[in-house]
Amino acid sequence: MADQPPLSLYVPEPAVRPGDTPDFSNVIIPKAGSVDRPPVDADPESIRDLAFSIIRVLNRKGEAVGPWSGLLTPDELLEGLKHMMTLRAFDARMQTAQRQGKTSFYMQHMGEEAVSCAFRQALEPGDMNFPTYRQAGLLIAGGYPMVDMMNQIYSNEADPLKGRQLPIMYSSKEHGFFSISGNLGTQFVQAVGWAMASAISKDTRVAAGWIGDGSTAESDFHAALVFASTYHAPVVLNIVNNQWAISTFQGIARGGSGTFAARGLGFGIPSLRVDGNDYLAVHAVAKWAVERARRNLGPTLVEYVTYRVGAHSTSDDPSAYRPKAESDAWPLGDPVLRLKNHLIKLGAWSDERHTQAEAEILDTVIAAQKEAEKHGTLHSGGKPSTRDMFEGVYEEMPPHLRRQRQQAGV
Amino acid sequence: MPRMTMIEAIRDALDVSMGRDEGVVVFGEDVGYFGGVFRCTAGLQQKYGRTRCFDAPISELGIVGTAIGMAAYGLKPCVEVQFADYVYPAYDQIVSEAARLRYRSNGQFTCPMVIRMPTGGGIFGGQTHSQSPEALFTHVSGLKVVEPSNPVDAKGLLIAAIEDPDPVIFLEPKRLYNGPFDGHHDRPITPWSKHALGEVEAGHYTVPLGKASVRREGSALTVLTYGTMVYVAEAAAEETGIDAEIIDLRTLLPLDLDTITASVKKTGRCVVVHEATLTSGFGAELAALVQQHCFYNLEAPIARVTGWDTPYPHAQEWEYFPGPARLGEAMREAMEA
Repeated sequence: MADQPPLSLYVPEPAVRPGDTPDFSNVIIPKAGSVDRPPVDADPESIRDLAFSIIRVLNRKGEAVGPWSGLLTPDELLEGLKHMMTLRAFDARMQTAQRQGKTSFYMQHMGEEAVSCAFRQALEPGDMNFPTYRQAGLLIAGGYPMVDMMNQIYSNEADPLKGRQLPIMYSSKEHGFFSISGNLGTQFVQAVGWAMASAISKDTRVAAGWIGDGSTAESDFHAALVFASTYHAPVVLNIVNNQWAISTFQGIARGGSGTFAARGLGFGIPSLRVDGNDYLAVHAVAKWAVERARRNLGPTLVEYVTYRVGAHSTSDDPSAYRPKAESDAWPLGDPVLRLKNHLIKLGAWSDERHTQAEAEILDTVIAAQKEAEKHGTLHSGGKPSTRDMFEGVYEEMPPHLRRQRQQAGV
Repeated sequence: MPRMTMIEAIRDALDVSMGRDEGVVVFGEDVGYFGGVFRCTAGLQQKYGRTRCFDAPISELGIVGTAIGMAAYGLKPCVEVQFADYVYPAYDQIVSEAARLRYRSNGQFTCPMVIRMPTGGGIFGGQTHSQSPEALFTHVSGLKVVEPSNPVDAKGLLIAAIEDPDPVIFLEPKRLYNGPFDGHHDRPITPWSKHALGEVEAGHYTVPLGKASVRREGSALTVLTYGTMVYVAEAAAEETGIDAEIIDLRTLLPLDLDTITASVKKTGRCVVVHEATLTSGFGAELAALVQQHCFYNLEAPIARVTGWDTPYPHAQEWEYFPGPARLGEAMREAMEA
C-alpha cells in the first residue's frame, strides 16, 4: 500500500465561529403543515421519514395549518402563551438575582420555552417527567408555585429541598417532576424504568424522559432506547436539540447520523422531529406520543429542534464560541412571538393586551420573588439548618452519621 | 429444618419476598428463563411470571438505571449484576442517582432497591470474575453494603435488604455458594448440607442490617472480617492455636462499631482481613476506627491481611489470595508484638 496516503482524523466543526456571519442554510425547514400525521398505531417502518423532517403547524403568517393543527382552543393557547411569558420573566429575574449574588448559579430557557410548556399540557395527572435542568416550563405550566422554585434557587429556609441541591435542580413528585440530578443523561433510562414499573403494575400512568442533544452521546441514552424498545415501555423519550452543548456544537454528539431522531429507528421506535419553537406543533406531537404510550403501543422518540438563545448557564459566555447574532438568524424564530402572532391572527389577542399581560406577569413574578426573599437568599437571611445537612441520607440515621452530627455540634 | 446451599438460601429469600410483596421484581442478565448463571433465580419466572422475573439486555447501566426508575415508582426491584466485576458501567447510576435520590429530593423520591452481585475470587475467574469492590460502595453516602458468609445469614440479610427503604449493595461471596471455603484450595470443601449454618429456617425471617456476628469467641486477638475470609480466619485460628475472636461484620455500611470495639477492648489486638486489595480498602477504615476508639487498649499495631495491590491474577490465584498461612503469620506477629 505504498501509494496510499496516511490516515487523517476527521473532527467536525460548526459552519461558523465568532466574527463569522451566522449561517443556518444547512437546516432544512419544511413548510408548516406539510408533514403527515399518521395514526398512533402506525407501523414504525412506515413512518421512518418523520425522523428526518420537521413537523410544523404555525406558518410565517401566524396561521395554524396542516394535519397536526386544531387540537387547542384559543383559551388553551392563551394559557400556553402566558406560561411561556411567565417562564421568560421568571428566568430574567432569577438571572439578575444570580448576578446580584442572591444565588450561586442559574440556567435560563430563552428560546426553548415552548418545549416544556407545551409538552406539559399533553400529560395527565400522575404522569411522571424525568427532566433535565432546562424544562422548568413543566413546573410553571403544571401549576407549581413560583415561590417554591425561588426558595429552592435561593437555598433559603423555605427551600423544599433543604439547601441540599444546586439551584434549579427542582423536585416535585406531586407535580410529576422527578428530582433533577444535574448529572447528564442518567434520568433518561430511569424514565424507562418508571414506565416499565407502571406497566408491571397494570397502571395507566406514563413517563417522559428528557435529554439534551449533547447528552445523547452518553451510554444512558443508548441503554434507555434498548430497554424502551425491548419491553415496549410506555414512555415518551424527548431530545431537546438546542444546537449547543455548552460550547460544543451538536455535530459532535450527532456524528454521522442524519438527525438525533434517527437514532430511534435502529431500535424500531417511532421517531419524530418537531419544530421546538412552535407551541402548537410541540403540543400536537407530545399528544400523539403520550397517546401511544397510554394505549400500550410503546415508546416514542421525539427530537425538538430549537435553539439555546442564552448562555448555557450563568457560568458560560457564548460569545467565545459562536457568532453573537446567531440567535437572531435562527430560522424557527421566537416561540413566544410566534404564538402571540397566531393569537392575534385568531383575533383572540392584541399587542396592547400582550404588553399589559407582560406587565401583569412581571408583577406576579416580582411578588413571588419578594415572598421568597423573606425566607432568605443564599448568603443572607434564613437558611436551612446544619442539622438538615445530616438528615435524609437514609430513612433512619445510622450511628456513624449520628456521631458526625454530634461532632458538628448540632 | 431444611438444608440449603447459599444459592438455595438466596433463591428462597427472593421467593419469600416475591410471595409476600407484589412490588418485588427480579431481573438481570440470564436471570429469567434460565434462572441465572449461578442459579440464584431458578424457578422464579415460572412461579411469578415474566413481568416479575425477567431477562435483561447486557447493560448493567440499563439494569440499575431502570431499577432506580422502578424504585422511584414504588416497586422494590432486586436486580442481579452477573459478577461484581461487571458493575462499573452502572457505577454512575449507583453513586450519583440511587444513593442520593432520597437526600436530594428531600424524601419525595426514594430508592428501595437491592443490587445483588457475586463477589470475590477463588474460582480461577481471573481479573474479570474475582474482584471484591466493596470499598467502592462503602465510600458512598446513601448506600448500605452487605456481605453474608453463610446460607442462614444470606437469606435473612437479603430479605432485610429487600425490605429496607434505601438502596443496598448485596455482595455474595461466590466461593461460598456451595460450602464454607477456608482457603485450603487443595482440600475438598465441606458442603453446606453438613454445616450448621446450612440449616435454614423456612419462610420469612430477617437478619438485621448493621449488626455483626461474633463467629468465634476468643480472648487473645480480634479478627475483623467478612465473606469468604470468615472461614480462612477460622482455619488460621485453629492452625495457629491462637484464641482469636472472629467477627463476621455481615454489614459493612452501616458498620456495627459497638461489637468491634467491645471485642478489641477485650483482646487488645486486632487483625483485619479481606480479599480485596490493600490500599484504600475497607480494612483501612476498620483500622482507623479501631485505633480511634481502642487506642489505649491496643497491645500491638493493627495488622491488615489482604489481596495484593495487583489486578486479580489467573495462574497466581493462590499466591494472591490471603489464605490461612498468610493470616496465621500476621496473627502470630500481632501476638508477639
